[in-house]
Parts: sequence; C-alpha cells; structure tokens
Amino acid sequence: MSFAATVLLDGISYGMVLFIISVGLTVTMGLMRVVNLAHGSFAMIGGYIAGYLTQRGHDFYVALAVAAIVPGILGGIAEVTLFRPLYRKGELAQVLLTIGFVFIATAAVSEIFGAFPYPVQFPEYLTRPLDIGFRTYPGYRLFLILIGGIIAAVLWYVIENSLFGARLRAAVDNGRMARALGMNVSLLFTGTFVIGCALAGLGGAVGAGILSPEPSYALKYVVLFLVVVIVGGEGSFKGSFIAAMALGIIDTVGKYFFTEAAAYLLYAAVFVLLLWRPQGLLPPKSVA
Amino acid sequence: MSTMQTSKAAGVPAERIGWGTMVGAVVPWVAAIAYYYLAEGYLTFGTQIMIWILFALSLDLVLGYAGIVTLGHAAFFGVGAYAAGIFSIHVTGDPVLGHLVAIAVSALLGFLTGAMILHTSGVTFLMLTLAIVSVIFEYANKAKWLTGGDDGLQGMRVDPLFGTFEFNIFGNTAYLYTLAVLFIWFVLSWRLVQSPFGRSLDGIRQNPRRMRAIGTPVWWRLLAIYTISAGMAGSAGALSAHSTRFVGLDVLSLLTSGIVTVILILGGTRRLYGAFVGAVVYFVVQDWTAKISPYFWEFIVGAMLIATVLFLEGGLMDLGRVGRRLVDRFRKPSDAA
Repeated sequence: MSFAATVLLDGISYGMVLFIISVGLTVTMGLMRVVNLAHGSFAMIGGYIAGYLTQRGHDFYVALAVAAIVPGILGGIAEVTLFRPLYRKGELAQVLLTIGFVFIATAAVSEIFGAFPYPVQFPEYLTRPLDIGFRTYPGYRLFLILIGGIIAAVLWYVIENSLFGARLRAAVDNGRMARALGMNVSLLFTGTFVIGCALAGLGGAVGAGILSPEPSYALKYVVLFLVVVIVGGEGSFKGSFIAAMALGIIDTVGKYFFTEAAAYLLYAAVFVLLLWRPQGLLPPKSVA
Repeated sequence: MSTMQTSKAAGVPAERIGWGTMVGAVVPWVAAIAYYYLAEGYLTFGTQIMIWILFALSLDLVLGYAGIVTLGHAAFFGVGAYAAGIFSIHVTGDPVLGHLVAIAVSALLGFLTGAMILHTSGVTFLMLTLAIVSVIFEYANKAKWLTGGDDGLQGMRVDPLFGTFEFNIFGNTAYLYTLAVLFIWFVLSWRLVQSPFGRSLDGIRQNPRRMRAIGTPVWWRLLAIYTISAGMAGSAGALSAHSTRFVGLDVLSLLTSGIVTVILILGGTRRLYGAFVGAVVYFVVQDWTAKISPYFWEFIVGAMLIATVLFLEGGLMDLGRVGRRLVDRFRKPSDAA
C-alpha cells in the first residue's frame, strides 16, 4: 500500500513538471495551430538560469522568478519577430524554423555553460525527506505537487472565470469569428505565448531535479512535451493536465516494474493512442 | 535549372532540356570524381557528404515531391545502418549482400509504418513519426545484446567489395562504392519524378482531394513513395555503417532527422540536386566553424534554417532567382510589384 502510494506520488510529481512546462504549448498550439518544437528551449533556459543563480548563492525563489521572467521576455521577442510570419505558412516551415531555434538555444547554452548537466541547488529543506504519516517522502517531490497544483488551480480559475480566459476560449474555438467580433487575437496570442514561455521556464527550473538542464534538453524532451499536448488534445487545458498526469504515472510505473521496456512502451502507447484518437483524449474544441 | 523548373510548372511531358541544365547535371559528378583524385587525404569526409546527399535525396522524394512532412526519417537511416551492421556480425561480411538486406529491412519498416500512419496528416502525422523513431531509439538503447546500446555497435566485419576491393583506412573503396550507389539512386529518383507516378505525387502534394476525385489511389501512391524512400534512406544508413564499421545510437536520434531536413531545405526541395548543394554547404560550414568552437556550427545551422524559412523559401538553389529579382527591382523601381 505504502509502495503503491510512493509510485503514485512519484508519478504525480513528475506529471506536474510535465504539465507546468507543456501547458503553455497546449494553449498556443490550440490558438494558432502552429507546430512549435522550440518550446523545450524555454524550459531549458529557465533551468539554466535557476542553476546559475542558485549556484552563486542567490535565493531560490528569486532564481525561480528570474527563470520565469527571462524566458517569458525571450518568448515574447521570438513570437513577434520570428513566429508571427509563420502562422500563414505550412507545417514544414514551422517545423524548420522552430528546430532552427532549438539549435541556436542549444549552441548558446553549450557555449556559455559547457556541455555537462548543470544542476540547480535546491534549498536544504527541500532536499530532506519529509514524514507524511505512513512513510517519509522527498520534500522536493511534495513541493512539485504543491506548486503544480497551485498553477493548475490558478490557470483553471483564470480560463474559466476571467475576461481574458473567455477571450482565450473564444479565440481557440473559432479564431476568425473572434477576430470578426473585434478581438485583438494577435495581442491575445502574444500574451499567451509570453505566459506559456514563462511557465515553461518556471517548470524547467523547478523540474530540474527530474529533468536536469543539459544542452541536449531542448531536443531530448520536446517529444515528451509535444506528447502531452497532442495526447491531451491541442488547445485543451483539461486534456493536457490529464495527459501530463497519465504520462507521469505510466512512465513511473514503467520504470518501477518494466525497467527494461519502460521507455519504448511509453512511446508505443502514445503511438497506439494517436492512431485510435488522432485528435487527442479531449478533442480541441475548447480550452476548458 | 530554371529552364527545368519552368517546363515542369507547365506540365509538359516531353521536356526540352537546355544546355545549362545539361552542364548543371554533369558538374556534381565530375566534381565528385575530381575530388577523388585531388583530395586524397579527405576521402572519408567526401564519403560522409555523399551518404548524407543520398539520405537527403530520399527525404526529397517524400517531403519535397509528395509533401509528406516527417520528423521520423532517421528511423530508416538508423535501421538500415543497424541492419547492415548486425548482418555483417552474425551472417556474412559481404558488403553488397548486407547493403541489400539493409534496404529490404528499411523498406519493409517504411511499408509497415507507412501503412499504419499515412491516412493521418499534419501534426498528428508528425507526432506519429516522432513516436515511431522514439520507440526504435529506446529499443536500440535497451537491447544491448543486439545493438550494443549507447556504446554503439562494434565488431563489424566488412569483406572486400566483390571479393577484390579492400575497404582500406584511406577510404578509397568506400568513396567510389558510395559514389556508385548514389549515382544509381539518383538516376532512379530522376526517372521516378519524371514518370507519371512522380507527376501524380506532385498533384497529391498540391491538392490531394482533387487527385482523389480524378481517380488517383492517393493512399497507395503515398505508401509506395514512402516505402521507396525508406529503402533509400536505409541504403544511406548501410553505406554509413560499412564505411565507418560502426553504428552509433545517435543515427536514430531526432537530431539526425533534423540535420537531414536542414540539408534538404538549405539546398532546396524538389530539385534532386538541392540535396547535393545542401549537404556540401552543411558539412563544409560545419567543418570550418567546428574549428572556431565545437558549438558554433550548431548556431550557424540554426541561423541558416531560420533565414531560409523567412527569406529564401526555395533554398540555396533559389539564390540565383532571388538575386535576379533583386536586380530587376533595383533597375525598375517603378514596377517593382
């Protein structure tokens, strides 16, 4: 029983990291129908920034804030200068440009930080195991669940109840109609893109204990983030949460019980699922 | 090249091939033979370039002509390389036999996976190709008994070609062998894209619905070209395995798919020779910039990709036309539009 709970908690905390990083991608891909392979780069940049600051003794939470703000700003710049010309082009152009972005980001972090994994120094109280009643459990993982839960709750509230959320849902459901009603969808999209990249940076920073920052990060994990988006259904906020949790739990269970086969069973499952439901678990008709 | 383009656009079956086109068609092969005599110390570099030309050529068939946007082409290259390597260790070191086996295995993989996924399109198709290549990568990583895992496949045996030509360390045999294989595939691809089958692919790329409406079996055509292209990519993988006597796990990585796409796009799609230009430029730039910093080439490649997408949709092969357009605009600023 206690073992099952541990596996479940491991899976959920891992899923939370996937969710924080991927949620922005879900909404932007749903909004603009852009294939964005560059999203992992923003998470990687966040992880490196957090690593740089904490290794130099800065406060962990200040580091997290910077790790969210800088990728957010970079994302905004990239959206306006590079991505905007892409929306009217085909998938091929989108794939190529965003891969080009990944190459540049990878080269930049290798040049600045070296080719080796670059750890984030977590505060001492997070690295300690915590007593949770029936057993002790790493505080770091509980922290991930806490922060992921808070972000999911806030996003859910904003999307369901705010004017911004209503506009976002309208634009995802029918962008042309939203535009015709006088909504500034471009601005909405830039805003969403910035928030998505900031969340990716934050996710890359807090998740560094699981997905450690290294130059190959952006290319290695982007498939995972895309899987969350596509399995959940493009543009589906709820779907991406469910998909991230499922992916985290399935991958963790796989690692505990089928150590040899875990990785390829995961992708095989994604393959079968996409053949069965090409639109994802929750079809992309609405953000919520 | 431009004469070829215009006649193709008009859809005239019997093409009048101009002198410029003929000279352009001969130049790469003369250059490749000249390279063999002039650049003796760098034959392995030339071999590597030709292998990637072949790989990019195979991608041109599916991506350029049929309009199938895939990120999983590394699967066929990698499986071809592993098939050739494993065959040489467990069965026989004969390179031609191993090569044929590799082509067959890759083509079979292309046929099976293509049959499962070619009815989808867009992002779903992209994700399915990514899922397939990820499954194969992770399997190759875990199946150490078969592939050597992340240490790579070692202990390959490569017998002399046709029993006489030794694969020596200078790479003479490997170079000429690769050149010959590339030439065969090039002629086949060239015939293929000129054929009615090739034209129907053009149509499918432009408007699959209309092609279906006029009675083209779209799915079968796509499956056919996907299978052929997979076999061709496997052939490139086999050449890579035989010429280096090693297969690393990275042949199956997303980076491999990325690089081959970069090469094709840099050179220009739907020109066949675009793969040649792209591969030469890519590897020469990589070779130069790697001397400055090991990471600089990756930066340059990224920048080249972004610039190509934003400013040069036809790739480097289009530079001439873009240049002419600029000159025209400069001369007659009044009717620039």
